[in-house]
Amino acid sequence: MDLSYGPKYRALQQEVLNFVRSYGHLSPRTGGGRKRPDKRALDWQNLLLQHGYFARNIPSEYGGFGLPVDVMELAIIADAFSAAGVSPGIMNQGISMLVPTLLEVGSKEQCAKWVGPTIRGEVLWCQGYSEPGSGSDLAAAKTCARVEDGHFVINGQKIWTSSAHFADMMFLLCRTEADKGKHDGLSYLFVPMSAPGIEVRPLVTMTGRAEFNETFLTDVRIPIDQIVMGRGKGWHVANVTLKYERLLLGDPNKLIHRLARVIELMKKTTLDGVRIIEIPEYRDRLLRIQGEVLASKFHGLRLLTEQAKGEESGVSRLIVKLNGTMIAHRLSSLAVDVLGAAGLPYEPQGEALEDDEATTWQIDNMYDIGLIIGGGSSNIQRNIIGERGLGLPREPKANIKPGAKE
Amino acid sequence: MEFGLSDEQRMLEDSVRGFLGEKLSMERLRKIAEIGGGFDAALWEGLIEQGVVGLLVPERFGGSGLGLLDAAVVAESLGYYAAPAPFPASLVMAPLALVAAGSEAQQAEWLPGIASGEARMSVAFAGGAGQTGDASVQLEGDRISGRLIGALDGGAASHVLIFLPDGRAALVDAHETGVDVDVRRSLDRTRPISGWTVNNAKAVILGAANDARAVAGRVLDAGRVILAADTLGAAQSMFDKALAYSKERVQFNRVIGSFQGVKHTLADLVTMLEPCRAMVWYAAHAQDAAPEEARIMALQAKAHLGEVGREVARLATEVHGGMGFTDLLGLHYWLKRIAFDRQMLGAPERCRQEAAAVQGWLAAKFGPVAAQTS
Repeated sequence: MDLSYGPKYRALQQEVLNFVRSYGHLSPRTGGGRKRPDKRALDWQNLLLQHGYFARNIPSEYGGFGLPVDVMELAIIADAFSAAGVSPGIMNQGISMLVPTLLEVGSKEQCAKWVGPTIRGEVLWCQGYSEPGSGSDLAAAKTCARVEDGHFVINGQKIWTSSAHFADMMFLLCRTEADKGKHDGLSYLFVPMSAPGIEVRPLVTMTGRAEFNETFLTDVRIPIDQIVMGRGKGWHVANVTLKYERLLLGDPNKLIHRLARVIELMKKTTLDGVRIIEIPEYRDRLLRIQGEVLASKFHGLRLLTEQAKGEESGVSRLIVKLNGTMIAHRLSSLAVDVLGAAGLPYEPQGEALEDDEATTWQIDNMYDIGLIIGGGSSNIQRNIIGERGLGLPREPKANIKPGAKE
Repeated sequence: MEFGLSDEQRMLEDSVRGFLGEKLSMERLRKIAEIGGGFDAALWEGLIEQGVVGLLVPERFGGSGLGLLDAAVVAESLGYYAAPAPFPASLVMAPLALVAAGSEAQQAEWLPGIASGEARMSVAFAGGAGQTGDASVQLEGDRISGRLIGALDGGAASHVLIFLPDGRAALVDAHETGVDVDVRRSLDRTRPISGWTVNNAKAVILGAANDARAVAGRVLDAGRVILAADTLGAAQSMFDKALAYSKERVQFNRVIGSFQGVKHTLADLVTMLEPCRAMVWYAAHAQDAAPEEARIMALQAKAHLGEVGREVARLATEVHGGMGFTDLLGLHYWLKRIAFDRQMLGAPERCRQEAAAVQGWLAAKFGPVAAQTS
């Protein structure tokens, strides 16, 4: 454990505090990420990139800050931003999932082309994975692409494509090798959402908003080089992305931010004239979750260190999504309980306007259930943890239906 | 910059675990547990050879001068093997108290004995440490009288370190006239719970009254971190046993670990347990290196491990089915170890109550130690 605060770290801490003091007023509101970033968010993002407070460890030739991973630096930056209540930058599927996937398995050309615009928030991505017939059984995807005069021609339907209605690009898992098996017949393609033949239909969720979409692809043509790793490698690439999606969905920094919001809420909300944070029943719930968040926070630092040293984290990494999404839901549940009956008026504003505080918490509380299901549902996570992480045997295979070779 | 154990700490862990794995078979553990005194001379000799006893004693007094994270690594290993050895009080809290509050002469008199393994010090709090039950002591000059319950590491103790309500500590020789110890077998047969009766007994007083409460608070917090580490080890051991069993035990012509009901239970267990490791590491590290976070981390680690430990103990037992409930497997030694750790030095509710006070979420003050060290 080498967490000593040498001069280098004190200097960084001072630098970040100065930055937050000078520029904090330019920050967009924290949270969100469910709509296209506005000018304020894009300007803030560029400011963070210039100072190395975002994409700090992404190579500079791809638009990052080019420093080696140092968990202490990342913690200092995250803590200072969290304490000041300013936005740590844009969180979306392109930045958190596609960019690390490209850095891990993409070509130099692909990194050079896509990483910069994506981390600047200019190019937004959506994920073309699930289909009506393949959710948990993702590799059973039926959307297919045939090759025709130097192009893939794609036909099929994707579902749960969040952000598809404003995204610029899709990373798509589809079947390109009709003669191959279930897993090795898949490829991972890049599709511009403006391509002819793409139709996006909003899918209204329990929050009352259209956070997801159904995406229909009819004879969509893309150049044959818009593929990561090569034909038949889609399942491998998709799993790299899923690994990062699990980390995104269980991100401890999000929990730390949210815990701070709940504490503020409990300090300012009163019940029969008593601050809720001083009422033992509520306070003990908060403290229990604080313990869970602290454990998650330091677990995250441990994983970052292991990643920087190139060590295999095994099961420790696989638990992050299940752990983080469950705690997040407990936090938002506490928040709606603190709001009580006064938190029941529910008027979502859509994407144009900001929601009031109570509506925001109610949306978060419901959306958390979506996050527990999305990116591999909690029970799929338990299978992954049990089988890949703990080496437990898979369920015996039922007979596979004809058409999908195992 | 790294968050994790150093190479030296990993070597220490391997060495202690290698030793315990070899010397402390289930059969041996049962024998020691039958007596229930929490002490075994052969095991203690081995721990002396491992360099465990002088871990926190400064080098100039014959110890290794290491920190609380090193001690936590050892505590986790002891918990993993449910090792009956006086560790939290004797080898962590007592030397820390002596180093923090003892005069040079007092340190020179007592620390070498701890480092050599001859002195074993029980620790008792006369209130303020978050334990149920009554205790009271009076000090007149260098003579102490009273009754203390719930003391740690009382079996085979050569001394008892009594924390007074004002935070100062009275060191009493167990063999002095007027000193009596009632070593009772506890729920956890690997560690007893002891009551000390002192009647006009000679005491050496450590610490000046002005910062004594802060020192007592730090010693108490260090003890809490060590108990959390012990729980982590014990819970990991129960989990590992359940995982291994689920890969062996066959029902309905399949190993039970292939059933999702069992698989998902194990996945839930590892999901709650694994983040605890980094939490305990940081809580231990903070005691030496991050004073502003030391209290909250000790309290939250103790509380969180208490909760996770109980859940792991129950579910790991359930995975073993009826066999888990029997005495035959011996799984219960770990379950009871976790139960003991949970109640000692402040149960989760009490620790969270103190954590609320530390963060200014509590109007009322309580307990002399907690009130003064926040």
